[in-house]
Amino acid sequence: MAWEKAVLTGAHFMSGDIACAEGAIAAGCRFFAGYPITPATEIAEHIAARMPKIGGIYIQMEDEIASIVAVIGASYAGLKAMTATSGPGFSLMQENIGLAAMTETPCVIVDVMRGGPSTGQPTLPGQQDVMQAKWGSHGDYEIIALAPSSVQEMFNLTIEAFNLSETYRVPTIVMADEVVAHMWEKIVIPPLEEIKVVNRKKPNTPPQKYLPFMPDDDLVPPMACFGEGYRFHATGLTHDEHGHPQTQSSEVQTKLVRRLCDKIRKNADKIIRVEEKMLEDADIVVVAYGIVARASLSTVRKAREKGIKAGLLRLVTLWPFPEKHVAKAAERAKAIIVPEMSCGQMVREVERAAKETPVFHLSKLGGEPHTPMEILEFMRRSQ
Amino acid sequence: MTKIVEQHPLSKYLRASMMPHIWCSGCGNGIILNSFVHALDELQMDLNKLVVVSGIGCIGRAAGYTNVDSYHTTHGRPIAFATGVKLANPKLEVIVISGDGDLFAIGGNHFIHAARRNIGVKVICANNFNYGMTGGQVGPTTPPEAITTTTPYGNIEHPFNLVHLAAAAGATYVARWTTLHVRMLTMSIKKLLQRKGFSFIEVISPCPETFGRRNKMRTGPEMMEWFKKASVIEKFSDPAKAEITTERIVVGEFVDVEKPTYEELLHEKMAQIMKEGG
Repeated sequence: MAWEKAVLTGAHFMSGDIACAEGAIAAGCRFFAGYPITPATEIAEHIAARMPKIGGIYIQMEDEIASIVAVIGASYAGLKAMTATSGPGFSLMQENIGLAAMTETPCVIVDVMRGGPSTGQPTLPGQQDVMQAKWGSHGDYEIIALAPSSVQEMFNLTIEAFNLSETYRVPTIVMADEVVAHMWEKIVIPPLEEIKVVNRKKPNTPPQKYLPFMPDDDLVPPMACFGEGYRFHATGLTHDEHGHPQTQSSEVQTKLVRRLCDKIRKNADKIIRVEEKMLEDADIVVVAYGIVARASLSTVRKAREKGIKAGLLRLVTLWPFPEKHVAKAAERAKAIIVPEMSCGQMVREVERAAKETPVFHLSKLGGEPHTPMEILEFMRRSQ
Repeated sequence: MTKIVEQHPLSKYLRASMMPHIWCSGCGNGIILNSFVHALDELQMDLNKLVVVSGIGCIGRAAGYTNVDSYHTTHGRPIAFATGVKLANPKLEVIVISGDGDLFAIGGNHFIHAARRNIGVKVICANNFNYGMTGGQVGPTTPPEAITTTTPYGNIEHPFNLVHLAAAAGATYVARWTTLHVRMLTMSIKKLLQRKGFSFIEVISPCPETFGRRNKMRTGPEMMEWFKKASVIEKFSDPAKAEITTERIVVGEFVDVEKPTYEELLHEKMAQIMKEGG
């Protein structure tokens, strides 16, 4: 491969981790700070080999806390920046994901989920971090999280994660799992000009008039970077439009925190993506994400062969939660099935959105994804 | 002849909109900030290329008070943030101003690794021997037997000797002054700003409100009296022997060496890789 090129246009046989790294580079990421952890290490390894050839920075930090904070620093210095980790590292990053949310820092975090809690099952897949992605840091805030189901999506959704994080100035999380990360598949990287890349909005006011946290109508403030002459301040403390701390003002706190949430909530329809398969007449709907959605699609096809009107709603966006899509599918369906590699996390959101429609959770732990037959058997019993 | 001016000549270095500051009377943080902006002025630093980063604690507000690009991180993380900034844009001069608890307790790991890598980040630490902002708890530099709110019967922990730690971790410039040594401190900050590699100044700073008054030094001047009596100026003495005691505070420069910075080596390596081709 011609590694001096940022976009490796063509068909490749790659692992999900490598595709993720390539997606980041194609999206314009030029700074990566990380710490080795299974099953995300290959992302760092590949980026360490690629970055020097295209003028980007790779640094291995002393821990995951340092990694996410260095990423925030690099983003404020003007580079698109990313880190990649798994559960234990993701836990360590939480406080500073909150800092990134509070200081509206565009950045991408990849969490390749393995079985937890604690050190758990480092080499096996899990889906146990999806609530942590939404609620992991203290306080009220919103993030965006995406769940790839294939190696191709590890590439595509990493680009999309960068685009969303730059658009909304929000930490965006790629919630992969060990299978999707370690699986090798064919992927097609499009030509450079066909890849949509979004860059953060820059201020068009002179430095003397620039208010670093004054939002536009889309609720997102334009972002100046260090060294551009704007000489602004940013802080994790509650702050006003000037970026000045206002920790005693209920008005400033209310306005700021509401906006941090609303810029995602009110733009949710623009952000959310799902994949709908055979939903039009589905009596029984499988709601799944990540590698489990692949098995679920196979289940739906098998069910159709057997005369069961099954459909699949695959969550590509996990957060903000595709509530309307679930509600719509639930209106017609007699039952919803949620296979998940956890004791039950996204199923709670599905239940909330499905209202009266019964939701059945097929929980699987242990590090092996559901097989299509397991889901089919469960579907039969849930009818 | 006396010249009447509209503004203090150094006011352009400070964000007037952030004033009044939060620091107590008798606190040394103002002296440190004053020395810092004097150094900036004497060197005529390009304020558009300067980034000041602070962590959490009383001195953590210094970033916001300085009229340059500035960022106030979570507790303990200013050096990790500064590392990201410096690597992303090596043309920026990145200064961390933070406290002993922030830099050496919760953030200790980042300090030693940034020093080891020789990242071109400059660190000024206000050491006031306790956690002032939270009301005076024991910290990593609290002297033995000192009374704090969490060592009400006297501290039994061994304190860090910060200049020794910095030197051992690989810092290329290491100095210690007290807030009594304003001119030397300013001179030292000027040197720190002119060095390429990881540089460190410890400033012993009075905290009469939460530390001094529990330890028989009720006011700022009383704490300064201690600094005056105990300080011994030495030139490049062994930092290992510079432990701070009631009787003796060794101040001066300890290390001033040159070695390639991380960002220099990185860009050298990148140039070499790109030259050799894909």
